[in-house]
Amino acid sequence: MMASIPLEYGLGLAAVLFSLGLIGVLVRRNIVFILLSIEVMLNACGLAFVAAGSHLKQPDGQVMYFFILTMAAAEVAVGLALVMQMYHKFNTLDTNSANRMRG
Amino acid sequence: MLQLLWLNPVLPLFGFAALVLFGRRISNTAVAWISAGTVALSAVAAAAVGIKFIITGRESWYSQTLWTWFKIGDFSPGISFYLDALSVVMMLVVSFVGLLIIIYSTAFMAGDGGYSRFFAYMNLFIASMLILVLADNLLFLYLGWEGVGLCSYLLIGFWYKDYTNARAAIKAFLVTRIGDTAMAVGLFLLFASFGTLNINSLAQQISNQPSGSFLMNLAAILLLAGAIGKSAQVPLQVWLPDAMAGPTPVSALIHAATMVTAGVYLIARTNFIFIHAPDVLKAVAIIGAVTLLLGGFSALVQRDIKRVLAYSTISQIGYMFLALGVGAWPAAIFHFMVHAFFKSELFLCAGVVITAVKGEHDIFKMGGLHRKLPMLFWAFLIGCASLSALPLVTAGFYSKDLILLEVWESQSGGIFLWSAGLIGALLTSLYSFRMFFIVFLGRSNSHVEYRPNFRISIVLTILAFLSIAGGFIKLPFEMATTTHTGSEFNGAAAGITSLAGIVIAYLLFAKKRFKLTSKYSIAIHDLCYADWGFDRIYQNAFVRPYIWLANADKDDFIDTIYDWLEAAGKACSRALSFSVNGNLRWYAAGVTIGSIILIAVVILL
Repeated sequence: MMASIPLEYGLGLAAVLFSLGLIGVLVRRNIVFILLSIEVMLNACGLAFVAAGSHLKQPDGQVMYFFILTMAAAEVAVGLALVMQMYHKFNTLDTNSANRMRG
Repeated sequence: MLQLLWLNPVLPLFGFAALVLFGRRISNTAVAWISAGTVALSAVAAAAVGIKFIITGRESWYSQTLWTWFKIGDFSPGISFYLDALSVVMMLVVSFVGLLIIIYSTAFMAGDGGYSRFFAYMNLFIASMLILVLADNLLFLYLGWEGVGLCSYLLIGFWYKDYTNARAAIKAFLVTRIGDTAMAVGLFLLFASFGTLNINSLAQQISNQPSGSFLMNLAAILLLAGAIGKSAQVPLQVWLPDAMAGPTPVSALIHAATMVTAGVYLIARTNFIFIHAPDVLKAVAIIGAVTLLLGGFSALVQRDIKRVLAYSTISQIGYMFLALGVGAWPAAIFHFMVHAFFKSELFLCAGVVITAVKGEHDIFKMGGLHRKLPMLFWAFLIGCASLSALPLVTAGFYSKDLILLEVWESQSGGIFLWSAGLIGALLTSLYSFRMFFIVFLGRSNSHVEYRPNFRISIVLTILAFLSIAGGFIKLPFEMATTTHTGSEFNGAAAGITSLAGIVIAYLLFAKKRFKLTSKYSIAIHDLCYADWGFDRIYQNAFVRPYIWLANADKDDFIDTIYDWLEAAGKACSRALSFSVNGNLRWYAAGVTIGSIILIAVVILL
């Protein structure tokens, strides 16, 4: 049996990844990078599930990760299609320039 | 057969409902068929009921209750129709003249954008008028009364995109509203005093009342005010000339069959009240005499063909009021019927004339139309002849002669009212033939290509026939059967006056146009032209002060409350629109901050 990594390490990495993703979503203006950052956040969540599952000796965490994986794949498919449409329509990937509201 | 009575007002109402619901989705032909069809069926029902009623007995009456409208304590007015000699005449005239005008309109309004809207309003107009004349209680009558007021507003402002038309519509509505309010108060008074608004029970209760009591006088004055407003009598006549803003068939309908005759009908219907208020009855006669003179003088100087006819209507309704005022109800209703024939004839002719000269209303720019529109020439001539009461051959002569005779013989009439009527007769033939000569004789000033189509011609022919033959119809009243003393003298006076008017008109207007030269005559001309300054007086005495007051009171205490409300609303709106700015990263940040707060709350609490 492998030496187990302490739970704190796993969760800490997940928190760092999640924060990086969140910062990416907030500061990036390019829609592709925003999508990438969301992927990072999803994977951070997945990591947290897996770490918690291995700590509790339950398979549920890994099952949950598969769900997240599937969902993320679907999200990327839809998200990229939207990105294509956005580029088609606004000729830019910048979310600020694509804003048509005058608030 | 009499049970068919309810079909008479309900069928046009049904047509109205159908046109309102489906009018936009069906073709214009279908609209015309629905409108004319329902009114025609209603007229057939009216004819069946009318013939049956006249055959079975003249003194009787028939009442049909469909259901109780509502019930509050002892007060339960019914949706019920009441038929007697008076309402049978009104019903027949309204149905048939209305039908003819609708048939004319199907051709006349062709190509107008609001075709189905027009016929929906027309149907509602006729239905309201039929409710008005057939109602068996005064509240139901008031429903029809307000209905015709509403429809006149809608139809005068039919071409509402032009501001002057909308203004004319509002003016008509507001001026008649003054009378309507007085009438409503009159109804309250009657109900408070007698506990019922049913016409028959009112008549029974009032027959025991002392004549000339304060209550009777007040009730009669209030009802009279309503009648004056609706029938455009002095001093509330100002709306009628402006009501010419509507399409011409509407003017025909308002003037001939519906609306303005409602006042005459109201007084004739509630004559039992007026008989008990002899002073008010005298006032009715004086108002009628004054109106017929003022209207006649104003008609004499107008340039717009429709305004001549409008003032002519005011003047002719004045005759009806004069007849009512001396207690000659049958004479008034007889003149109403004949007037409906020749005035609708004249208006419908005027519509064709205006179309033929491409929308020109000024009679001085027409001229010489008799060669180009020969059929119209004859139709208009017959209308004018009947209006000016050409002796022996026209219907107008018999009705006007009867009114003059009644005025002469009545105790309350007397020589002054009679001479007013006679001068009015002179004016009538003068202004009608002035219009006729200027429009149809003389040099031709305009290029005419338009020809009235078959439907229009047939309607004009029928109305021309009725304008001649209408005088021989015997009304189902007990007509003036007693031998009148001096009826030959009276007839001769009326006939000679009418002929003299035509001759003078010929001399003044047919060959070369008569021009006013002296300063005073021009001043008088201007006064007549501006309807004796009534409009200006009202403008200065009521409209301007009211607008000034409204302006002055614009920023009072109550308004500041609403100003605060408005400011608060605006601030909230600004705050919300700040948050909904379409910026994706703002939203993400919002979600993040919200989640952090939530998690913090869950953890800390």
